[in-house]
Amino acid sequence: MKKVLILGSGALKIGEAGEFDYSGSQAVKSLKEEGIKTVLVNPNIATIQTSKLLVDTVYFLPVNSFFVEKIINKEKPDGILLSFGGQTALNCGVELYEKGVLDKNKVEVLGTPVSSIILSEDRDTFAKHLHKIGLPTPKSGAAKNIKDAIKISQSVGFPVMIRAGFALGGQGSGVAHNKKQLEEIVAHALSFAPQVLIEKYLHHYKEIEYEVVRDKYDNCITVCNMENMDPMGIHTGESIVIAPSQTLNNFEYQTLRNAAIKIARSLNIVGECNVQFALNPYPEKKLMRGDASGGVQRSASSFELERLEGAPLDERAAGPRTQNNIDYYVIEVNARLSRSSALASKATGYPLAYVAAKLALGKNLTEIKNKVTRVTQVCFEPALDYIVVKIPRWDIEKFKGAEEKIGSSMKSVGEVMGIGRMFEEAYQKAIRMLDLDFEGATSKLLLKKGESLTSLLKNPTPKRMFAIAAALKRGMSIKKINNLTGIDPWFLYRLKNIVDEERTEQSEEARLQAKQERRGKAVRSIKKALSKERLLHLKQLGFSDRKIGELVGTTGLEIRTLRKKYSIIPSVFSIDTLAGEFEAKTNYLYLTYNGNHNDVEPLKKNGVMVLGSGPYRIGSSVEFDWTSVNTAQILKKHNKKSIIINCNPETVSTDYDISDRLYFEELTFERIADIYEFENPYGVIISVGGQTPNNRAKSLKAQGFNILGTDPENIDRAEDRSRFSKLLDELDISQPAWEKVTNVKQAISFCSRVGYPVLIRPSYVLSGTLMRICHNVDDLTRFIKKAAIVSKEYPLTISKFIEDAKEIELDAVSKNGEIKASVISEHIENAGVHSGDATIVLPVQKIYVSTQRKIEEIGSKIASRLMVSGPFNIQFLAKDNQVQVIEVNLRSSRTFPFISKVTGIDLIKLSVDSFFGESTIENDSIQNVENMNFVAVKAAQFSFARLTGADPILHVEMASTGEVACFGEDLEEAFLKAELAVGGKIPKKGIFLSLGAEENKMKFLESAKMIQKLNIPIYATEKTSAFYNKNGVSVKPLFKIHEKKSPNILECFERGRVDLAVNIVDSHVKKIIDDDYAIRRAAVDHNIPLFTDIKKAELFIKAITSKKLETLPIKSWDEYLHSVVK
Amino acid sequence: MAKIILEDGSIFEGQSFGASISTAGEVVFSTGMVGYPEALTDPSYLGQILILTYPLIGNYGVPEKKLWESDSLKISGLIVSNYIDTPSHFQSKRTLGEWLKDEKIPGLEIKDTRFLTQKIRAKGTMLGKIILDKDVAFYNPDKDNLVEKVSTKKVYVHTSGVGYVHTSGKKQKTVLLIDCGAKKNIERCLVKRGARVITVPWDYDPFNLQHPSPLNNFDAIIISNGPGDPKMAEKTINTISKALNKKIPILGVCLGHQLLTLAAGGDTKKLKFGHRSQNQPCILKNSNRCYITTQNHGFTVHKIPKGFKTWFENANDGSNEGIIHESLPIMSVQFHPESTPGPNDTEWVFDYFLQKL
Repeated sequence: MKKVLILGSGALKIGEAGEFDYSGSQAVKSLKEEGIKTVLVNPNIATIQTSKLLVDTVYFLPVNSFFVEKIINKEKPDGILLSFGGQTALNCGVELYEKGVLDKNKVEVLGTPVSSIILSEDRDTFAKHLHKIGLPTPKSGAAKNIKDAIKISQSVGFPVMIRAGFALGGQGSGVAHNKKQLEEIVAHALSFAPQVLIEKYLHHYKEIEYEVVRDKYDNCITVCNMENMDPMGIHTGESIVIAPSQTLNNFEYQTLRNAAIKIARSLNIVGECNVQFALNPYPEKKLMRGDASGGVQRSASSFELERLEGAPLDERAAGPRTQNNIDYYVIEVNARLSRSSALASKATGYPLAYVAAKLALGKNLTEIKNKVTRVTQVCFEPALDYIVVKIPRWDIEKFKGAEEKIGSSMKSVGEVMGIGRMFEEAYQKAIRMLDLDFEGATSKLLLKKGESLTSLLKNPTPKRMFAIAAALKRGMSIKKINNLTGIDPWFLYRLKNIVDEERTEQSEEARLQAKQERRGKAVRSIKKALSKERLLHLKQLGFSDRKIGELVGTTGLEIRTLRKKYSIIPSVFSIDTLAGEFEAKTNYLYLTYNGNHNDVEPLKKNGVMVLGSGPYRIGSSVEFDWTSVNTAQILKKHNKKSIIINCNPETVSTDYDISDRLYFEELTFERIADIYEFENPYGVIISVGGQTPNNRAKSLKAQGFNILGTDPENIDRAEDRSRFSKLLDELDISQPAWEKVTNVKQAISFCSRVGYPVLIRPSYVLSGTLMRICHNVDDLTRFIKKAAIVSKEYPLTISKFIEDAKEIELDAVSKNGEIKASVISEHIENAGVHSGDATIVLPVQKIYVSTQRKIEEIGSKIASRLMVSGPFNIQFLAKDNQVQVIEVNLRSSRTFPFISKVTGIDLIKLSVDSFFGESTIENDSIQNVENMNFVAVKAAQFSFARLTGADPILHVEMASTGEVACFGEDLEEAFLKAELAVGGKIPKKGIFLSLGAEENKMKFLESAKMIQKLNIPIYATEKTSAFYNKNGVSVKPLFKIHEKKSPNILECFERGRVDLAVNIVDSHVKKIIDDDYAIRRAAVDHNIPLFTDIKKAELFIKAITSKKLETLPIKSWDEYLHSVVK
Repeated sequence: MAKIILEDGSIFEGQSFGASISTAGEVVFSTGMVGYPEALTDPSYLGQILILTYPLIGNYGVPEKKLWESDSLKISGLIVSNYIDTPSHFQSKRTLGEWLKDEKIPGLEIKDTRFLTQKIRAKGTMLGKIILDKDVAFYNPDKDNLVEKVSTKKVYVHTSGVGYVHTSGKKQKTVLLIDCGAKKNIERCLVKRGARVITVPWDYDPFNLQHPSPLNNFDAIIISNGPGDPKMAEKTINTISKALNKKIPILGVCLGHQLLTLAAGGDTKKLKFGHRSQNQPCILKNSNRCYITTQNHGFTVHKIPKGFKTWFENANDGSNEGIIHESLPIMSVQFHPESTPGPNDTEWVFDYFLQKL
């Protein structure tokens, strides 16, 4: 085995996210150690796995059988790894196998055989397989059409669970309580999956998972088991998950473990697999009858004999049964690394993906050393002496119109993992880690007055965890909450503990205050209110300083002072995979108040802290993991030890070999300060983890901590709108007119002065919408009334919105105010589409040289005035050769990995260098961007299909969940590859157009003419088709959806006649009936690629008409970079 | 304030959740994460104050007695980090705290059990005492014959269904289980496999010709697990020596492994802090196989007797985990093939042995 091809998972999407950067990176490392050349296919340019650091050859191309076949032809690898890139890689691998590509090219599938993967993915066959080996599955049947689905559900009995075959993250699945719901779910699932499995819905069963590792010699272990706090019916990715299981006794634990191992053996797994079970919490009720005769009480039936030798023997039968009852089902098996395996890996410290890759090469488990302890084996099962709680991060409110309900398919976009020595501690940590201003388990932030708690408990949403605390506070019984939620009372009791302690605190304080007041003096001393024992107890239960402050009527900082006076400081514990049994050389740490020693000594001035990005979310994702990881690597070159703080189990930055020290901890001020005070490091880097660490700048500086890079005072000058605006005026830099208003009258007056449209940013938001473009006064007043608060406390920021302007970005690194490197990139879409959703091009294609010069000049001015040291990013608007600044971020931006990888300029290296005296790299290695003879395009990945009801339109608010970047000889080639990589398809059946205003139809005319050359039918709404038919483009008219006449748009979508839809809307035109939303949603629901931006649509049409898929060049990253003209 | 005092003078304060009775013993730790009702009733823990390193203990309460590994708590005292008194499990009949109180065993919640564990790891197993009501003297259980204390006083016979025919078609085999503190699951594992099991006390002599008994008709001997220093159980060692002379098939488990070793001329010694966990990897010699085992022992075999070879070896520290006779069906394992608690991956050892009969 000399060369191995690894398939990545592509862009981050709901159901397939950062966890596969973790698994792919570990696989690459694992193979490299064995001297194997690695070739990786993954268009996700923001990942660490696609770094020079790790992999030998990277192809930034779509992970599908078409492209991968071509790469195989070119690279001639000896083996292929399919199980490290999620469902995307697995599906691609199965296709290659079925097409005979692997056989033909003599590419060996390493690890679990493809036949087993196929078996485990076909739900019906797999259920039969499990029955054959004696394992129970819920009563079920597979259906390929609605009629069969109804038949099966009638025999299984409602409620039923519907799951789509061959789908990632439970997409398209759901619970149906009646025929109507069944029809809806099945129709949707069958639109993208060939079959559905209908099974008995196991109401309120526990959901338990095992992570199994097996080698080819049949050594088999379970690395971790996990218990979902939420019962069956809620996808494990949507559940609060606890490791290890808490409510299972030994018999249940071992029975399920045995079943998991039996499955792994029967599937001939080589590497890793994940098995999910449903476990009945009250099997006695069900099994009583069947078991009464089987279980014989031991003491009664076994015969006793006094010690009298020679006495006659009387024997009676004693059954071996121990009367242990269990009622469980196998729910799902993933014959690959999964999100759960990433979580298990972080929860235990066991490098699952690294080991799985070694096993795939044919190694024996006993041949691999434990990389974490460096003294023991990987052939063991980790023992934890802590508990972890994973909580998903949802951003459902960020999607206009999306349904809040959570269930059997994934909607969450990220997750966090809290570690503690009490459930309460780990749980409250995790809640704060979500970075949504929840101060703990009892946060009321999401609960609205007047909302029914019963309904919040019964219908799972992201609010449910807080509704439980509220219900407990109101005295609802554990039993009732258990009935409504299906959450095991064990967990509810833990939450009650938190609620009760809080209540005690409040009442004690209230009592004390009343007493003091009677005596005529107010409580001044919190010390009186809080004894040392009491404060320690609250800290052990995971309360934050701020929360305790809230409870006793003071600030978090005062509690912090008191805490330190009492010497209540958290202990630093390490995660060593074996609960302290051996002395491990681990770097994996967490803090706890349930301890009183430290496992490590501070690093002091040798250490530099790097603040990571926290949970993945809309707007902050794997790109900030890339920046964090690279920062840690470069610190080595400055002879500093890296101390990473992060709390996201899907990241590479939290891997065992990335940093010198990893604190799997909260990115709250309190925790960062605790760690800083313990480590007493050289300094802390806040500018590589996105906005979260950046937000801590001020408070950390106030503690006198050494913040490396730009002074937080200057960060504030860039972030405070008024101060920043003043600065721009001083520097004579143009900016869109803006004003902060505190009432509606002011708002209207400003808008009429500058003219519509305007961009509005409320500082307090009622619904999910944070920003909005308003086109007229009605629009403005309606928005304020509906979605925002405007008051002195919560002012609105209104700025003039410039239409048809280009958006341009400058990413740069500066040292002491002097720019060291800068790169300009260009958006395809005009301003109005969030930069995170925009298609970005390098090098710039359509920007005047004079504009570029202006941008560089402005960059220099700002960097110099703010004495910037480190990374920064400026966003510009350009129109008619005029340039305006809209935003400055004095931190690394989302595009840092894209820019660094495309240009070869390592912006992170330069940033870290700027924090220290000397430079570690020679300046001549910096490429000149102007000499690039290729084009790279970064495209956004959307996950609208997963978000029922969400409006898939591009606007000022970010909605994408991930990104890819592809290279090409020209813009069209790079863009086409990028679009194909985010799920686009070259249309073969038909194209639907709906273009809105006349001017759009005119603008698109050229594109429409190009489409005609494709010789596939064009469909359009009545007016659009009339326009085009008049202009020489043959278009078939369709009735609108609401017209309910045939042939209409919906019909056309449903019948699969269209495989590209363009829907352009003019938001300022208000229609009585809005068909556009229905069109867009129908396109997404029928898995039809959709464009809602005219410039992007035009470019796509140009690309598909000028390029042929068959002849697209297949070139690796290196081949592009080396082609740079020097 | 309740506290535990170690023989090196260190003191750890904690909250009591068991009986308010002071106790003394040897302080040991176990890293198993599941199965405390089974562990606490394991007779091998007699005389020991047990630290459970998994911090949350009490989660599933206490089931009926028939699900335990012996009919009472065997530990001297229990140390946990976070005692949970709200079990939700359907089999729970009472809380762990109630059980400890009922059986007069102290339980202490000490937050930093990890520190305590590290101390024992670094300095080795220590004597200690839990002080609740009054001070007590240190107590070294190794100096006592603990086997005598936990062994059955009566003889029991277990068999599976009447008229049972072994699946192999062979006649039902009778095995003599010498109870040195046997976990119940050894009997269950044997009966489940069709054997007739006669459980006898540690000092029972089946070769005593002066007292012929129907009990003396058996096909093999199983020597169980049990507490303390194997060298204290001299009578059992003598019985095994006789059996060895008669070439009777023997299977030793845990303490039984050590006793077989001693009877056959090998030697044992005390480990620094023992193996007490459910994740010990054991390599089957001359094979590619490694098994995850449950272990609970403070002594180890360091000299393999003549005529025997290494059967299993610990993958972490290379210590002996099993011996097997070069030609006869005589073998023993240091780990617990009957598990409970822990993985039952090595239950096949019983099959392997019974097939040899």
